[in-house]
Amino acid sequence: MNESLLINISIALLFLPLLGFATVIFLGKKVPKIYLFEVFIVGMALIATMALMFVKLAYYQSHDIIMAFNWFTIGIAGMKDSFTVELGIKLDNLAVIMLFVVYLISFLVHLYSIEYMRGDKRYNRYFAYLGIFTFSMLGIVLTHNILMMYIFWELVGLSSYLLIGFWFEKKSASDAGKKAFLVNRVGDIGMFIGIMILFTHYKTFTFDTIFAQMALGNIPFNSTWVLTATGILIFMGAVGKSAQFPLHVWLPDAMEGPTPVSALIHAATMVAAGVYLLTKIFVMLTADAMLTIAVIGGITSFVAATIAITQNDIKKVLAYSTVSQLGYMVLSIGVGAYAFAFFHLVTHAFFKACLFLGSGSVIHSMHHEQDIREMGGLRKKMPITYYTFLVATLAISGIPLTSGFLSKDSLLAGTLAFGKLTGHWLLPAIGFLVAALTAFYMFRLVILTFHGKPKNQHKFDHAHESPFVMAAPLVVLATLSIFFFYTPNPLSAGDGWFISDWVKTPHTVVPASASFDFMIDNSTAHSTEAINNDAHSATNSSEAVTNESHSSEVQTSAHGEITHSELYTETMHWAHYPAMFASLIVAGLGILLAFVFYQWRKVDADKLAESIKPIYKFSLNKWYLDELYNTTVISGTLVLARFLSLFDGKVVDGAVNGAGHSTKFISRLGGWFDTFVVDGFVNFTAFVSGFIGLSFRRLQTGKVQTYLVLVIFSVIIILLVIRPF
Amino acid sequence: MINVGLNHFLIVSGILFSLGLYAVVTRKNAVMVLMGIELILNAANINFIAFSKFGNLGLTGQVTALFVIVLAAAEAAIALAIVLNIYKTFNNVNVDEIDHLKD
Amino acid sequence: MNLYDLIFYLFAAVTLLSAAVVVSSKNIIYSAFSLVLTFFGVAGLYILLGADFIGVVQILVYVGGIMILLLFGVMLTNKITSVDIRTGTVNVLPSAIAIGVFMGLVTSIMIWTKWVSFPTETPLTTTNELGKLLITEYVLIFELLAILLLVALIGAASIARRDKE
Repeated sequence: MNESLLINISIALLFLPLLGFATVIFLGKKVPKIYLFEVFIVGMALIATMALMFVKLAYYQSHDIIMAFNWFTIGIAGMKDSFTVELGIKLDNLAVIMLFVVYLISFLVHLYSIEYMRGDKRYNRYFAYLGIFTFSMLGIVLTHNILMMYIFWELVGLSSYLLIGFWFEKKSASDAGKKAFLVNRVGDIGMFIGIMILFTHYKTFTFDTIFAQMALGNIPFNSTWVLTATGILIFMGAVGKSAQFPLHVWLPDAMEGPTPVSALIHAATMVAAGVYLLTKIFVMLTADAMLTIAVIGGITSFVAATIAITQNDIKKVLAYSTVSQLGYMVLSIGVGAYAFAFFHLVTHAFFKACLFLGSGSVIHSMHHEQDIREMGGLRKKMPITYYTFLVATLAISGIPLTSGFLSKDSLLAGTLAFGKLTGHWLLPAIGFLVAALTAFYMFRLVILTFHGKPKNQHKFDHAHESPFVMAAPLVVLATLSIFFFYTPNPLSAGDGWFISDWVKTPHTVVPASASFDFMIDNSTAHSTEAINNDAHSATNSSEAVTNESHSSEVQTSAHGEITHSELYTETMHWAHYPAMFASLIVAGLGILLAFVFYQWRKVDADKLAESIKPIYKFSLNKWYLDELYNTTVISGTLVLARFLSLFDGKVVDGAVNGAGHSTKFISRLGGWFDTFVVDGFVNFTAFVSGFIGLSFRRLQTGKVQTYLVLVIFSVIIILLVIRPF
Repeated sequence: MINVGLNHFLIVSGILFSLGLYAVVTRKNAVMVLMGIELILNAANINFIAFSKFGNLGLTGQVTALFVIVLAAAEAAIALAIVLNIYKTFNNVNVDEIDHLKD
Repeated sequence: MNLYDLIFYLFAAVTLLSAAVVVSSKNIIYSAFSLVLTFFGVAGLYILLGADFIGVVQILVYVGGIMILLLFGVMLTNKITSVDIRTGTVNVLPSAIAIGVFMGLVTSIMIWTKWVSFPTETPLTTTNELGKLLITEYVLIFELLAILLLVALIGAASIARRDKE
């Protein structure tokens, strides 16, 4: 396979789901089983994706394939003040891995939905929506410029809206759809402003061009402050889409959508788009921006974890757990652990999709009962669901031999190293606390759902294991939560191919003064002073270096692990084992507590909750954030609207009415003048013309030929007059 | 009249034009009127081609003549459609009886 | 008087005489067939003028197309079986006078005007050159005419269509 073939395949992969969408949406009413076409398309595309990924990772590992063309040019090309908007596709390692993740989970969800959604009256439309979602998500993954990313960003927002509100007869579902859409809009405004800052300065949307310019010292408005602001503004888009504090409120509500949708969109792929965006703009984040991102991520993961502890809806627990894990990834980006953030994104996508589909399986068999207090003892009834769910739970809790352990452990090591390097020790502390909380609430969920005695005997009796098409995706996803897909060493992700070969941390392009010390690459550190003067040497440190030099630098790097400075590498090594042990201990502690509370019932959880009632209520009511927004943002908007309406009614309308009255008076005056003076004149004119017309009427016979004879006479007269001969 | 030149063609075309005009003016039947119009168009075409040959204008005149023929075809189609409609409305096609414009 | 002149007079006579029949015949069918003869005569004149392609087009379009249309018109608008297909005339005298004067004027203009004329060579066949002109210099008009023809076609069909009821 050569490069153009790879590009062609990826373009085909991008548009296949759109084809599926169009087919299903237009033929849905006529062909009853057309949804199978969509499933078939995604299945075929998954096979092609796997081929594409293997070729890319095996033969073009350190070589990005870019295909771009000019969409349109404003102004005359090449002239001053003209600019060209490019569209294009960039295939790098992250993109193909994401492509695979999206297609795999999308296909499994398609498969799963065949059974889960059976009997729904908008069955075909559901699959069409899945198709358009897959299309827009792939657009985000494959794009090479931020404009296209923004377009597809909004498209995933739309498809998410459609799918959350899929059962729009339910008011809560349609409200949740609206909420998701509006809250996302808040974040997108920031992202849009950020994009426009970049565009205003660089006159291009292409990532690589922008970063190459930055590496030359050409930063927006020549101010690191603006660069920081730009990074944070674009991060706002990720805050909305990846449900970060304070815009996380839409994600738990989004669980009103069908459960497979929650697995696909609101756990595995779409919400990860924010983190993916951060990996794209990682190189242009300044130290301040990164710190902001880390703090937001930390707060998010903590808030969501504390809320998840007390939730009783199986999907709500998982939703908050998703928010918490997304917070982890954002935190990880913030502390500079780029590769681990992406690693966690991938592993999380698999085990969280597995958890959601497992919960869907439970909900399906319990006849749409979602309250975990009504469940229990399902282990025997649904063994496949139970064991896959357990594997995924172990993964999310960070137990060795699972993928989650690898990614979470290295991620926490990253925060620990960050703490040592910068003195921000609170971030790793939050990280470990959240790890304990995660293990606790996940095992609480497992125990309450699958262990113990059934609490609702009637529903328990009707529970049954799910059919094959629902169980198979669970097994696949649970298998992907095992370590050996990512690294041969179950204790260290750094030794594996995923981190050391596939995902490499790019060099920052931020001026050295605005960047963390440890982010500056050693190989070019000596020339950092000369960045503004010597453009050539600065190019070497940019992300847009030619691929040859990129790979050669990797080989010369001491450990070949990450291409940060020596200092950072050493600190990561230092942090590795402490972080591993600490995370093991806290996870074990969390699990132990969960068993103590819910399995062995040594301590009555309800009594404990009673004794710390304010805290319990605080968590149960989600920190009262929705209420807070209701009283501040929403009622503030309402008050403003009421004031404006009052202003409209009294002042604007008054002015308009006054103008109306005066106009009326003037027109009465004019009317009088019209009737007597103007009309008199007009009538007189009409009378005169009528008289003349009557006298000439005799000439008009109405016969065409008479007129023609007259014309001939006139022509003869004209000819005689002008005498052209 | 020694040799046939431009004038001869022009005279033929002039007479043809007048004959066509006569048909248009005097005949009652709308189809006959159409035939007169075709004669007029032909007369004009003869002029175009004659000038094209004698006026050292290249083939421009001929191209124009070609266009006129196309227009004549379009005109004939439309006119006949109108005639058919008139026939449906008045049950005859005598142009001198169709004088509703008078009222 | 050479052969060229002879042929010219022949065609001119055919054209004008048959045109006179067209104009004067009471029977519309006679008129129509005389018109065919007129078109042939005109086509001959075209060819005499070196416009061979136009001549052929004249025969194809007029005789093959427009004449058929006109005959259809005649047949569709006359109750051939019951009523005679003679058609009357109107305004004969004033028209004859006016047009006679007009003809005199026009021909005298034709004769007495000092036309600037060059004896030029027309190429033996014009088809090639015409084709080139049509797709280079006159391509816009050519395309517009194509659209016009289409519009006329649709328009004619929609005008002549019978009403639904």
